[in-house]
Amino acid sequence: MNTALLIITLFLIISIVMGLLAKRGKDMSMEQWAIGGRGFGGLFVFLLLAGETYSVFTLLGTSGLAFNNGAAAFYLLAFTALGTITSYWLLPVIWKYAKENNVVSQSQFFSKKYNSTGLGVFVAVVGVVALIPYITILFKSMGILVAATSYGAISSNVAIWVGMIALLGYVMVSGIHGSAWTSTIKDFLIFFVILFLGIYLPIHYHGSLGGLFQAVSEVKPQALTLPEKGLSVSWFISTVAISSFAYFMWPHVAPTVFASKNAKAFRLNAVLLPIYAIMVLFVYFVGFTAIVQLPGLKSGDFALLELSMKTFDPWFVGIIGATGLLATLVPGSMMLMSAATMITTNVIEPLKPNVSDKNKALSAKGFVVLLSIVCAFFSMSESSTLATLYLTSFSLITQMAPSMYLSLRKNNGITKYGAGIGMLVGVAIVIYVTFTKTTMAILFPSLPSVIQDLNIGIIALAANILVMFIISSLTKKTIVNNGNNENKHDVKLTS
Amino acid sequence: MKLYYLLALLPYIAILGGAAFVNKVEPYVLGIPFFLFWIILWAVLCSVIMFVIYRLDPINKENEE
Repeated sequence: MNTALLIITLFLIISIVMGLLAKRGKDMSMEQWAIGGRGFGGLFVFLLLAGETYSVFTLLGTSGLAFNNGAAAFYLLAFTALGTITSYWLLPVIWKYAKENNVVSQSQFFSKKYNSTGLGVFVAVVGVVALIPYITILFKSMGILVAATSYGAISSNVAIWVGMIALLGYVMVSGIHGSAWTSTIKDFLIFFVILFLGIYLPIHYHGSLGGLFQAVSEVKPQALTLPEKGLSVSWFISTVAISSFAYFMWPHVAPTVFASKNAKAFRLNAVLLPIYAIMVLFVYFVGFTAIVQLPGLKSGDFALLELSMKTFDPWFVGIIGATGLLATLVPGSMMLMSAATMITTNVIEPLKPNVSDKNKALSAKGFVVLLSIVCAFFSMSESSTLATLYLTSFSLITQMAPSMYLSLRKNNGITKYGAGIGMLVGVAIVIYVTFTKTTMAILFPSLPSVIQDLNIGIIALAANILVMFIISSLTKKTIVNNGNNENKHDVKLTS
Repeated sequence: MKLYYLLALLPYIAILGGAAFVNKVEPYVLGIPFFLFWIILWAVLCSVIMFVIYRLDPINKENEE
């Protein structure tokens, strides 16, 4: 075993031990853990929301996208900045409603707003489906991480299974609340690693940032702007638009929102989060340095690691690898557990109310294992890049946004049928497109590339909204008519 | 609806509406190609604008429980 792999293994053991200690220290109830009794102060909410932004995808996927597609990667910075400012208006309203109605999860929010258990169940299922590509990213990253740092000694498929077992062990041992310490160490490490690599690598190889971009403009000038076709300007605009629209729709982010003590925290976050988003810039610099320094590299997802291995001693590669590992374990355990909680409390409970607590906990654990295995298989069979999987995940959660936003109005004209069927249509389009690898260009070969290049998620979203309004107006008619009849009746009685 | 809330639309107009016009390498600003510079600039301005709104909005001066 080489030094890098040794350090990564050491961090894995430490994080599991810390999880064990965390469990022994405090045995919190499920609800306490989920939203911390709505007692989180502004700074803590900021750290949680900000930390959410950075997973192993930031390290490997973002640098990979910059390496493969250059300027297209800038969409991540653009949509994060635009998405986070919606926090000012969106989150206080959601938080207030959740507080007044004792809502602890996203699907509960929908079932209460639309007064429909069925819609809540459906939203929980959509949430879990949307998390699958994201968890697949984490497993794939784990495979890339170990395969690269073992200098080829361990294959990425073996690494994915080992990684999956490590993640499962971590989740089972540390239980639902995980270890706050592991999460803090992860945030600190990823912050340090990103800043260091993004500043050191361009200076080390090219003297300055200007030198780096000058070198890129000689080697691969097309990487500095969006291309005419493919990931073009219209792809960029449509992708930034839908991703920022859906920024706070993640099911595992909802508990963080509900955990806040007051609404002011969200408005302050809208000021701070865009600045924090600029961190991703330094990952672009790593990807661009790799364009010049690793001309033969086949898969961009390996760019950050390969460049680090070319530049640094194995022990430092180990630190970077360990950062990637923690940035997999922390969000991975959160996503797995929130998916399991959603299924047990928002699907099994409403459908089968008599299940005992013990069986609920058991089914939650069983579900975590099942979900991990499914995602592990996806991560081995799916040849898509990390960035493509990330886009799929976003296209899926985007489908919850229209009925979520509209439910915040005083008079919501959308019915539960409109919300549910609209969402179903949107999600079905995204899934169909993902598995058949359909693009707008295949569907509409004669249209100009401005339309062909549109992110297909925006088509799904448009269909979703259209169906939502049509079904709502059809199903509302009966309700409105009933209301009118009653009014007439009232008039008659009084006259 | 407070009128200064409309300030928050500026970054959307600049990034979504401006993308087609700023998708170019030159001029370099601080060594950074113009398209990337434009996005960084507006990410920073997002913060600045939200800070202005935060300070103007009387709702943030109230002490909610």
